[in-house]
Amino acid sequence: MALSLPERLPGFVGRLPAPPPGLLRPVFQQLIAGMLRRHPEMFERLGEYGRRRFLIDPVDLPVIFIMRPDAERPLLTPHRRGEAVVWEAAVRGPLPKLISMVNGEEDGDALFFSRDIVIEGDTEAVLALRNAIDDAGIDLVEETEALLGPFAGVLAALRKRAVPLLEAAARIAGAARAAAGRAHDKAGAHDGAGEDGGRGAEGAS
Amino acid sequence: MSLELVCPAGTPSSLREAVDAGAHAVYCGFRDETNARNFPGLNFSRKELEEAIAYAHERGAKVLVAINTFAQAGRMALWEQAVDDAASMGADALILADLGVADYAARKHPGQRLHLSVQASASSPEAIGFYVREFGVKRVVLPRVLTLPEIAALNAEIDCETEVFVFGGLCVMAEGRCLLSSYATGKSPNMNGVCSPPSHVAYSEREGGEMVSRLGEFTINTFAAGEKAGYPTLCKGRFEAGGRKLYVFEDPTSLNAVDMLGEFAKAGVTALKIEGRQRSKAYVRKVVSDFRRAVDALESGEAAHTSLASLSEGTQETEGVYRKTWR
Repeated sequence: MALSLPERLPGFVGRLPAPPPGLLRPVFQQLIAGMLRRHPEMFERLGEYGRRRFLIDPVDLPVIFIMRPDAERPLLTPHRRGEAVVWEAAVRGPLPKLISMVNGEEDGDALFFSRDIVIEGDTEAVLALRNAIDDAGIDLVEETEALLGPFAGVLAALRKRAVPLLEAAARIAGAARAAAGRAHDKAGAHDGAGEDGGRGAEGAS
Repeated sequence: MSLELVCPAGTPSSLREAVDAGAHAVYCGFRDETNARNFPGLNFSRKELEEAIAYAHERGAKVLVAINTFAQAGRMALWEQAVDDAASMGADALILADLGVADYAARKHPGQRLHLSVQASASSPEAIGFYVREFGVKRVVLPRVLTLPEIAALNAEIDCETEVFVFGGLCVMAEGRCLLSSYATGKSPNMNGVCSPPSHVAYSEREGGEMVSRLGEFTINTFAAGEKAGYPTLCKGRFEAGGRKLYVFEDPTSLNAVDMLGEFAKAGVTALKIEGRQRSKAYVRKVVSDFRRAVDALESGEAAHTSLASLSEGTQETEGVYRKTWR
């Protein structure tokens, strides 16, 4: 299912307090266990790279994730941004871009060329993960709906409302940035910030 | 006969995507050192290739299997097995580079159509004539070092079809003979199927958003915050020379020859190749459908420009050596 997502989430989302990771942990564990059930070929394609610990860092969220896509013992745990975590390979980027890449709607190399996505650590493992996910045809919406079972309808209704809301919020944030930029320019400052001025607002963990 | 569009597939889902997007033929390889895109998480198991060939054939598309690295002494069995398996699965052609592998394929599977990989770097009538005469090669994939007039002149002198790259990563060296990756890492596309193997690539972010890319012990590039990036290959590296920091060999840029399709047809070219077996199915979907539209438009006498800069290395496009403006 193609999602219409903004380039990145509005800045305030990243400043929200992170939900208690302890509460989220069973949900994400269920999510990766479900992915293993529905896409065993992805874990098979990953082979030995499935035993690496990947840091998934949606830079516009207050949480980060550690994932070990191991067919024997899959793991997906949320952590508060800033919490010390151990990882061997990292993928960082705005949540909408990460979702588009996982859903097969945007090309990982293109996101790397445009600097939307940053990778660190074990490059080989990141490449293997990206290729395996791309082949598996993951759809995060369907995965989440499968997780929710009978409550999937609630998610669908929420999604219908949330996406336009997020897009509107992103447009408002963009307009506010542009207005701030114009005010800044009028004040005689020239710092070279363009339309891209919003990128990289949050650092890594 | 219209131009044949030959499209990349690094995974089974990319192959299905390419076929659905209008590829006339798809090229792919086994998950081992026999193909020149031996990257982690890519390529086909035997079972996957069998299913992929069935999928393509049901929809009228061909599957070309790349077995295009150079076989290593004492390990020939790996390449021979790949040839036997691809032939028995009904591959429409095998794309080969190594003389020994070509000889084996021609003798063991005399009815099998053979193409000569760009990795063989055959660019003269004499070299191509040898492969045609000795192994019955039906098509040669031309290295990206020839100009359009050179391609036309070559086609007038050879007895086989030619295939040219029209989109994707631009290898600026003579393929099959480039030793840069081997020099830096000990691994090369020629022998191991990997150029700048990811096991030797490292990226790091510096304060202020600078990104440094390294290959083995070499710093390939330092990109300023927001500056468009390229692959970590030595040929696209930015180095200090003569007191200046510059791209010594080539900028990070991709080939896009979509505006030259008519000229390729006039020059006697048979097939157009899209690079990118290491790219995602999103790339395959977009590039293949755009180029299929362009090929169809050419047939109906129209022009169909397409800009695919957002998918290109460094988000820049070039027509490369085809329109050589330098000497």
